Amino acid sequence: MNSATLRLGVLASRVRFEEKCILAALERRGVACEQIDPRTLAVRAGAPWTGPRTVLNREVGHYRALYAASALESTGARVLNTAAAAAVCGDKWQTSAALVARGVPTPDTSLALTPDAALAALEQFGYPAVIKPLVGSWGRLVTRVTGPAMAAAVLEHLAALPSPQSHIVYVQREVAKADRDIRVLVVGGRAVGATYRRSDEWRTNVARGAVSERCPLDPGLTELAVAAAKTVGAHIAGVDLLQDPDGRLTVLEVNDRVEFRGLQQSHGTDIDVADAVAALLIEEAQA
Amino acid sequence: MSQTLLATTCLECDAEVPWENDARVGEIVECPECRTELEVESVEPPRLVLAPEVEEDWGE
Repeated sequence: MNSATLRLGVLASRVRFEEKCILAALERRGVACEQIDPRTLAVRAGAPWTGPRTVLNREVGHYRALYAASALESTGARVLNTAAAAAVCGDKWQTSAALVARGVPTPDTSLALTPDAALAALEQFGYPAVIKPLVGSWGRLVTRVTGPAMAAAVLEHLAALPSPQSHIVYVQREVAKADRDIRVLVVGGRAVGATYRRSDEWRTNVARGAVSERCPLDPGLTELAVAAAKTVGAHIAGVDLLQDPDGRLTVLEVNDRVEFRGLQQSHGTDIDVADAVAALLIEEAQA
Repeated sequence: MSQTLLATTCLECDAEVPWENDARVGEIVECPECRTELEVESVEPPRLVLAPEVEEDWGE
């Protein structure tokens, strides 16, 4: 199929640096692309979909992204990443379970079905440990607890939250690390680039002010990141890893609608993440 | 290279908000005066609306 005749869509309610770069990359490749705003999207079950047959999911909200992918797939559209991948990546427990099942190294994690059970799980790990919400990004509400009294207080707050999901508690043994983590961008099974994200704060999210610095891709890092992306079924993935003082790498999470501004800027013109995404999208549409 | 061609007005404080010629629908621009986030609702004609508040499940 000629690229000029392809119909591609980019699903996004908020056009950030990443979406803008991807849309520009598609235009440079001569592909017409439709912006689909999920805020105005309703998909009727069983009705034919008249929109683009291949859609890149860049919606910023997890639930909207997840259900939009599922709804579009129900019409026969091809969505990248798939709804299945979004469901795994968007839920920290599903990610941990998938990584463990495939033998991909990841921090020691427990899922406690009540806040009380979480206290016992934390005792097994020892302190400091980390409590995380099942769904959420940018390090929001991720809490490092340094002892049982602090853990009990945090869990009491969780128990008081109205959502039943908040009472399912994801706890993790803390990984001793330098003041940085590593994000590897994987597109179509290939590692495109990596950055260290360094912060004065213990959470190294760029959204919290962490700084991205170029990280050399070595075979160990590449292999692990590609394996993690494959494990969760993500064609486009931001794999976040930690390296302990002995150099061992563990996969913390995999982002299915990854933000890559820091990574792209730290590489200048040496890599083009948006163009790699555009190329993959075109390839999938032609398949 | 984007270039500022004209200015629109902040819905919050009435300050002039620079308009880039590569603006896209859905893009967020910040008012240089009051820092309010504004969303590009339309490119032709240029039109801004108040950007939605960040929700709990946003981000990656």
